[in-house]
Amino acid sequence: MAEAAADTPLIAARGISKSFAQIEVLRDVDLDLRRGEIHALLGENGAGKSTFAKILAGVHRPTRGTLKLNGEPVEIPNPIVAQRLGITLIHQEPISFPDLSVAENLVLGRTRGSPLGRVPWAQMTREARELMDLLGVRMDVTKPMRGLSIADQQMVEIARALASDSRLIIMDEPTAPLTPKEVDTLFAIARRLRDEGRTIVFISHRLEEVRALCDRVTVFRDGNKIATEEIGKLTDADIIRLMIGRPLREYMHKSRAEIGEVALKVENLTLPGTFRDVSFEVKKGEIVGLGGLVGAGRTDVARAIFGVAPATSGTVSINGRPVDIREPSQAIALGLAYVSEDRAVSGIFRTLSVEENITAAIPRKIAPGGIIRGALEKALASESVRKLRIRLASLRQPIGELSGGNQQKAILARWLLTDPSVLILDEPTRGIDIGVKAEFYEMIGELAAGGRAILLISSELPELLALCDRVLVMSEGRLTANIARADATQEAIMSAAVPRSTQAVAA
Amino acid sequence: MTDQTSTPTAVSALDAAPPRPRWQVILIRPETMTFVLLVLAFIVSSSISPYFLDINYILSSFTLYAEFSIVALVLTMVIIAGEIDLSPAANMALSACLFAWTYQATQSMPLAILVGLGAGIAMGAFNAVLVIGMQLPSIIVTIGTLTLYRGLAQIIAGDQSIRLPDYFIGINNDLWLGVPVPVIIFVVVTIALAFFLGATIWGRQIYQIGTNEVAAQHAGIRARRIKFMLFLAMGFASAVAGMMTASRLGSVRYDLGLGGELQMVLMAMLGGTYIFGGRGTILGTFLAAWLLSVISTGMLTAQWLPATQLCVLGLLLIISIVATNLIYSRTQR
Repeated sequence: MAEAAADTPLIAARGISKSFAQIEVLRDVDLDLRRGEIHALLGENGAGKSTFAKILAGVHRPTRGTLKLNGEPVEIPNPIVAQRLGITLIHQEPISFPDLSVAENLVLGRTRGSPLGRVPWAQMTREARELMDLLGVRMDVTKPMRGLSIADQQMVEIARALASDSRLIIMDEPTAPLTPKEVDTLFAIARRLRDEGRTIVFISHRLEEVRALCDRVTVFRDGNKIATEEIGKLTDADIIRLMIGRPLREYMHKSRAEIGEVALKVENLTLPGTFRDVSFEVKKGEIVGLGGLVGAGRTDVARAIFGVAPATSGTVSINGRPVDIREPSQAIALGLAYVSEDRAVSGIFRTLSVEENITAAIPRKIAPGGIIRGALEKALASESVRKLRIRLASLRQPIGELSGGNQQKAILARWLLTDPSVLILDEPTRGIDIGVKAEFYEMIGELAAGGRAILLISSELPELLALCDRVLVMSEGRLTANIARADATQEAIMSAAVPRSTQAVAA
Repeated sequence: MTDQTSTPTAVSALDAAPPRPRWQVILIRPETMTFVLLVLAFIVSSSISPYFLDINYILSSFTLYAEFSIVALVLTMVIIAGEIDLSPAANMALSACLFAWTYQATQSMPLAILVGLGAGIAMGAFNAVLVIGMQLPSIIVTIGTLTLYRGLAQIIAGDQSIRLPDYFIGINNDLWLGVPVPVIIFVVVTIALAFFLGATIWGRQIYQIGTNEVAAQHAGIRARRIKFMLFLAMGFASAVAGMMTASRLGSVRYDLGLGGELQMVLMAMLGGTYIFGGRGTILGTFLAAWLLSVISTGMLTAQWLPATQLCVLGLLLIISIVATNLIYSRTQR
């Protein structure tokens, strides 16, 4: 292969755009990756950094734009071609064949057996050993992948990238499951690979790691590339500002509600491996936001409180009384309601009628004595439809025929019929259009004004800022901030949400 | 009846699809298909043999299928809830064997009945513990227990028939208002379960569990408890059916009801119960039971070979699954 001039970038991306189902998730991204650099991609969840990485690795195809490799235009239609071009994507949780040995995993897809189909075991093992030595990792390559630590599995993935002589290695949040010591090893190897002239793309939320390892950073926001800069020229505050710096949209501020007694109190709630020592309270009439990155444990806390996956230690009190909730039916009886994050999986009964969906959580009201009173059910359901302005053709039509926003309204209607004193909303406006969103904000405000305690889990910072009286922030399973409305800014929330210290992960 | 489309609140924008016309809702239902097939089977059968014009002949031939049909009604609910139970025929044999064996040993009929029913419920509970308690797939668990229960029956009864006292024998010949008692039991159970499934909150929750169990749990529906009860009900119904069969045959052998699980599944499927849960009706299974009885009796009257009869039943099962799948995928946009 003809080597291009030394200053030609390894990868030159121009005008890369990507849409999923008409929604543009990446817009006109221009980016050069130099040879022999470690380049960080930063951004909020959904900012487009992973999508961009997957386009490089052939997982996704761009809807527009061109890629040049060493100055030559290339098409990367699938991961196999990417591999052949020397581009490897290393996943956070490595995908491998757990029952095959390390050596087998290493040569996967490269070896051909002898004409008789015999596998050259000895040669395979020798090659695998050489590769691991090259990385300076000591490991028995004949052992199966199952049973290796995630760090070692990552090493195998990296070794595989070396085996196919990759020039570009993309690591998508590689450090999240690692211990600090393992992170150090990984970094040492990453630096060595860079010094050999390979390019490494490093995706991480941890600013400290980015600072320690990377030469340049590119910040993504809302599908756009915002900036590419030498790491030394940016402060942490600069980076956070670049990540969130979108204009604050004007939302209706909540009508001030009378704040009453504590309705929900959580103390030292812990579910090992998921979240620990989470303590907070929500008062009547109060909207408390729960922010953080995806995977920080916010949904798990909600599921624990509601009894879907109970915590192993800690206490929950409702209206001053300690309760032990082991399943959702108990939570509902105590006046809790939970609008879950994934509507299709844990919300709607797709093929059943809108009416049945709305009344699903109030069996005793619609069926006193066990027998369903049709007229009563219809009256309650149509009242909800009117109040929440749900658009539908008939109460009898399957809920799957409604738009996403109207399905979500129906689920909210289901929970309002239980007349809850504590309402947990988990990403209630995800995937619904802006007009319906505004309606939701208005409704949430009204609910608080009516004396309900509301815990609002949201990844949308403007949503948290506009609606909440206080914002809690979680990061890696811990509560890292409790910010009053007056002090709540996007910067404050983001800096509490982004894990900065590698110590935090020590398991 | 007020039409929802005409109320001003529901008048909607572009995002609400128009409701399906009523005639379509009624016509494109699996039960309608079952009913049409039943009429066809009846016409064909009576052209083969004039016996089929005699209602008494039809009723008395149905007594051969009444026991399976009763269990199939309960099985319909289990399938709607998203599970399956293939062990009921073996349960029938084992509970009938224990019943007959207890009678032989003690000469006490009440005690024997108690043991038979208790055994049936215990077998249902065993299935339930494995499926719900240990979260194992019901199809595998009940294939296992189907073999286990049948094997235990053979150990208890050996190769011989256990005879029952004369007064217990012949439930199929007992008439009430001119109708054989097993048919009456079947009709009564049908009405009771149709009411349970169609009009009570527990019936509603069975559909919800079968449609989306995770969502059901989130809505506070005690899915595990309801499914547990359904397996117990299967055990109870199987034991009753086992004793009814014993009464009809006059004695009990380990191979009582052999292969019955297939007929039960066939009835549920022919009646339009959706194998993946969430849809189906008692009425459908009721009609399908008659359909199967008429077809089987028709083939018997026409003196078709048993092998041919089996092929026809197998084909029917496949056709019914394909048809219900087609219907449901059409109505599900």
